[in-house]
Amino acid sequence: MEQVLRQAWAFVFRDYHLTRRYFSWVVVFTFYAVVNSATVVLIGVAAGDRKLTLTLLVGVLLWGFLSVLFNEIANSITYERWEGTLEYTFMAPVSRLIHLAGVSLYAAAYAVVRASVIVAGLLLFVDLDLSRANWAGMVVVLAVSSAAFIGLGLMAAVLPVFSPERGAEATNIFQGILLLVSGVYYPVEVLPRWLQPLSVVSPATYALSASRKLIGLGDGAQQTAGAPLSACAYELTVLTLMGLVMIPLGLYVFGLVERWAKRTGKLKRTG
Amino acid sequence: MSNLGIEVRHLCKSFRKRKGVIRARSSVTHALRDVSFEVARGETYGLLGPNGSGKSTLIRVLATLLVPDEGEVRLLGYRLPGEEAEVRRRVGRVSVDAAFYKKLSARENLLYSAYLYGMDKAHAERRAMEILEALGLDGEKYTDPLEEMSRGMQQKVAITRALLVNPPLLLLDEPTTGLDPKSRRDVQTFLERLRSEHGTTILLTSHDMAETERLCSRIGFIAKGRLIAEGTAEELKRRSNAASLDDAFIALAGEKLEEGDGGAGRKSNEVALAEA
Repeated sequence: MEQVLRQAWAFVFRDYHLTRRYFSWVVVFTFYAVVNSATVVLIGVAAGDRKLTLTLLVGVLLWGFLSVLFNEIANSITYERWEGTLEYTFMAPVSRLIHLAGVSLYAAAYAVVRASVIVAGLLLFVDLDLSRANWAGMVVVLAVSSAAFIGLGLMAAVLPVFSPERGAEATNIFQGILLLVSGVYYPVEVLPRWLQPLSVVSPATYALSASRKLIGLGDGAQQTAGAPLSACAYELTVLTLMGLVMIPLGLYVFGLVERWAKRTGKLKRTG
Repeated sequence: MSNLGIEVRHLCKSFRKRKGVIRARSSVTHALRDVSFEVARGETYGLLGPNGSGKSTLIRVLATLLVPDEGEVRLLGYRLPGEEAEVRRRVGRVSVDAAFYKKLSARENLLYSAYLYGMDKAHAERRAMEILEALGLDGEKYTDPLEEMSRGMQQKVAITRALLVNPPLLLLDEPTTGLDPKSRRDVQTFLERLRSEHGTTILLTSHDMAETERLCSRIGFIAKGRLIAEGTAEELKRRSNAASLDDAFIALAGEKLEEGDGGAGRKSNEVALAEA
């Protein structure tokens, strides 16, 4: 057990030190994320509409968290291919489950810290009383929706094995589609009818819907108090089911592609 | 327990490449053709061959990074494919390009690798310092980013990484290529010590005749994916009536050792398959 924990820790240790070495870039990207989030939320402030402001606030925060989580996991193999270390990681005696658990653990911690910095930054721009939001419920929603996003990240992580450049491109397109169809800044009902079915299969749709109820944006009129967690039973059930399906599916797909890569020689740096 | 460190029987590996979309053409490169050889436990075996001859493909198969098309491989008695997990615990590999996280220090890269193998920090640091010292790398460099180190220093860190867990089997793919003479000598001396003190089985690929003669008890010549001859350096020279290993290779393979490559050598291995 101790050995397995050390193996998972290897990825946390590596990613922490890589973040430290690229810290100036982390600061730059986080600064941009804070400013970008503020410009979105200020649209609601300018309209003098508390409901719109809260809708946008939940959108930027949740998307900021989930997209970073997805990105870090999806790009973990891309980074290794760029550095040329993929073969060394794949010939180490580490199960793929432990490998990807370690990568996901650091990605989740990084996403939490980054989202907290964005919240702190937003407080400089927006004066909102959120004391009656159901924060404990929000943490539950974040945790449950993370599982589904980790599963999606695992499936996207294999794309660079086929082609480092094309894989990274496909990951960005996939992330863009999630952003478009999940109702991050607007209700999904405003999407063209032919696009709306995609919102049903995006875990972000349910995470956003639940978070908005919990922060005080229920179905009724202008709510101010966050709803109890029980009001999000449907969203939590769907997110749990998605997590239960997507993580094993992500691992399965990863395993399939790894075996294919070892038959065709695609693990090599130059592919 | 088998007395063999490496047992390779009738190993074949080919790669298919597809070009074009509308008039798609595919070609097959036969990287390994019916390769068979054995290496005793504790023996250092050298594989000599030009670029593109199949040396690195063979090392990748043994390192569990490639699945062979045909043939049998046993490493320290463990079968490939099939017992990858057992093999991975016992095999260290050094490739010609020192692949690292270049922004991280030698210490961080080595600790990352040690954790992957389940080692604890104190033991890993102690072992890393011992090996780096034996290889003649200044301890002060230990915390410097790899990108600030010379190629020779990086290669010494790569060798340290492969030896951290003290593997009974080492796969060395041109480990001294590009090193200065002093670094090359340091590495060679260390490998000799490793064999005599720990009985490590070593498979070494190289272009360097002197290095191969110095380190390897037996040598195999590989060209165009085939193992064309093997024996001690003296036997190979005698068999081809040559004064040097280089001449022996030319006589037996019909090509120079430093030629071949992915260019001409590989082309000759390719067979255009079909136009779709």
